Amino acid sequence: MTATLAAAGWRPRKPSVIPGFGLTLGFTLAYLSLIVLIPLAGIVWRSAALGWPRFWAIATDERTLQALKVSFGTALVAALVNVFFGTIVAWVLVRYRFPGRRIIDAMVDLPFALPTAVAGIALTAIYAPNGWIGSLLTPLGVKIAFTPVGIVIALIFIGLPFVVRTVEPLIEEIDAEVEEAAATLGAKRLQTISRVLLPALAPAILTGFALAFARGVGEYGSVIFIAGNIPYVSEIAPLLIVIRLEEFDYAAATAIAAIMLALSFAMLLVINLIQAWSRRRFGHGA
Amino acid sequence: MVLEVSFAHQPAASQPAPITETPVVRIVLISAALAFLAFFLVLPLIVVFVEALRNGFDAYRSALTEPDTVSAIRLTLLVAAIAVPLNLVFGVAAAWAIAKFEFKGKAFLITLIDLPFSVSPVISGLVYVLLFGAGSVLGPWLKSYGIEVLFAVPGIVLATIFVTFPFVARELIPLMQDQGTGDEEAALSLGASGWQTFRLVTLPNIRWGLLYGVLLCNARAMGEFGAVSVVSGHVRGLTNTMPLQVEILYNEYNFAASFAVASLLALLALLTLGLKSILEFRYGDHIAGASKH
Repeated sequence: MTATLAAAGWRPRKPSVIPGFGLTLGFTLAYLSLIVLIPLAGIVWRSAALGWPRFWAIATDERTLQALKVSFGTALVAALVNVFFGTIVAWVLVRYRFPGRRIIDAMVDLPFALPTAVAGIALTAIYAPNGWIGSLLTPLGVKIAFTPVGIVIALIFIGLPFVVRTVEPLIEEIDAEVEEAAATLGAKRLQTISRVLLPALAPAILTGFALAFARGVGEYGSVIFIAGNIPYVSEIAPLLIVIRLEEFDYAAATAIAAIMLALSFAMLLVINLIQAWSRRRFGHGA
Repeated sequence: MVLEVSFAHQPAASQPAPITETPVVRIVLISAALAFLAFFLVLPLIVVFVEALRNGFDAYRSALTEPDTVSAIRLTLLVAAIAVPLNLVFGVAAAWAIAKFEFKGKAFLITLIDLPFSVSPVISGLVYVLLFGAGSVLGPWLKSYGIEVLFAVPGIVLATIFVTFPFVARELIPLMQDQGTGDEEAALSLGASGWQTFRLVTLPNIRWGLLYGVLLCNARAMGEFGAVSVVSGHVRGLTNTMPLQVEILYNEYNFAASFAVASLLALLALLTLGLKSILEFRYGDHIAGASKH
């Protein structure tokens, strides 16, 4: 790898006295290729080997379509809920002072640190029909666990920090003078928020939404316990991949994975475009 | 004069400060945020510990000393002990190349390093099943030499490395970019060797950021479920990590034992958050990602 790089003329653009360019870049590229790129290319290669008719048949299979619909639909709803509450949480944590604020701020990262399986069984214990909250809701005829609503609950938990942590730094950066100027010009507080503050926060909120959504689509551990996993109803796409693997139907598993990969790369591209756009528009990344 | 009078007559309560919300709105917003966090973050955490101790402390202790659970704990520690140092070395190397030099394709390389974060954990496991599984070229060839990758420890380690791949690198890259190359150039011009420069100049500069990245990397390595689940094969006592043990016990309706193992992982998460907050609080200036994570 390093040798081909050198042959292709890969040298630092600016000459530098600092040593180790070839060594560190070579190691980085070799490790990246071995661990990430070559294994991922395997998915593309294996799906290509399926041939288009077979790939299309798996992709348009009713169960595949339903699983993708469940994954993307629940992730979308959860990300929207997170945008709403996540922005409020970020606002409250940055702007207001109240006892316990520091601890609560640290707690927001819990979904990053708590293993997904632990979150999954805990949320199920809360929302199952005989669970902590579930048992209160059952007499009212409301069912959360083992329905798509349960999936949404798990994905809200998983996605929350993405929105809070992307919006928080931007709220910190807002200049008080901007708000003062709006107030001096006669804007009501609500007008200042909707016409001045929210437009400035929009790129960060969009990025947070996209990150939470992308994470939700691929989420597995926290969902499978609470989902009930009923085919066509509450079966998510990652679970269908696992089921196909357990049936040794590698072709179907690969095809579904390829579809999910394509969709998540498309989202990655959108996130990058939002950030590039916001840098041009507002002079800072989200 | 007139102006003063008009100000004096302004009733203070009806006119909120122009750049903040009324006390009522504040209280509503704070309550909404706290209620939301209580339901979605605090309650699940409490549930884990209450359910774990439901049958008393003795049952809790015997659940944790059960042989299969002990071997799951041991395997989790082993996997993290291999995966974290490897990604640490990679992270330092990648950050060195990216932060200290200018070359074409740098932005693209950073995107590629972040790639594992945007891949579903199940797919992260699947790629290794395809690479080393029965239908592959590599798997049967390695098997002929007696090396099992899939449904064995090497596969679990590989899947864990994959999902924790970007943590250290993405922590160090912005930090080292901010620090520039001045310190290293000074050291080199004073006659230090490359290795001395790294060990005596760069490493002390990045140590807190490095620790921060390792902390997050370790938490994910010990807690990974989806990717490991796909490659593990779920052999009790042999290829079960702690998160997988949680699932197996749960599916056997052995809820108290399942939550007991889960409570250890929850303690690890709390410990991680605590150390992370201390690092952010005390060494915030030396951690690039302090505001992002």
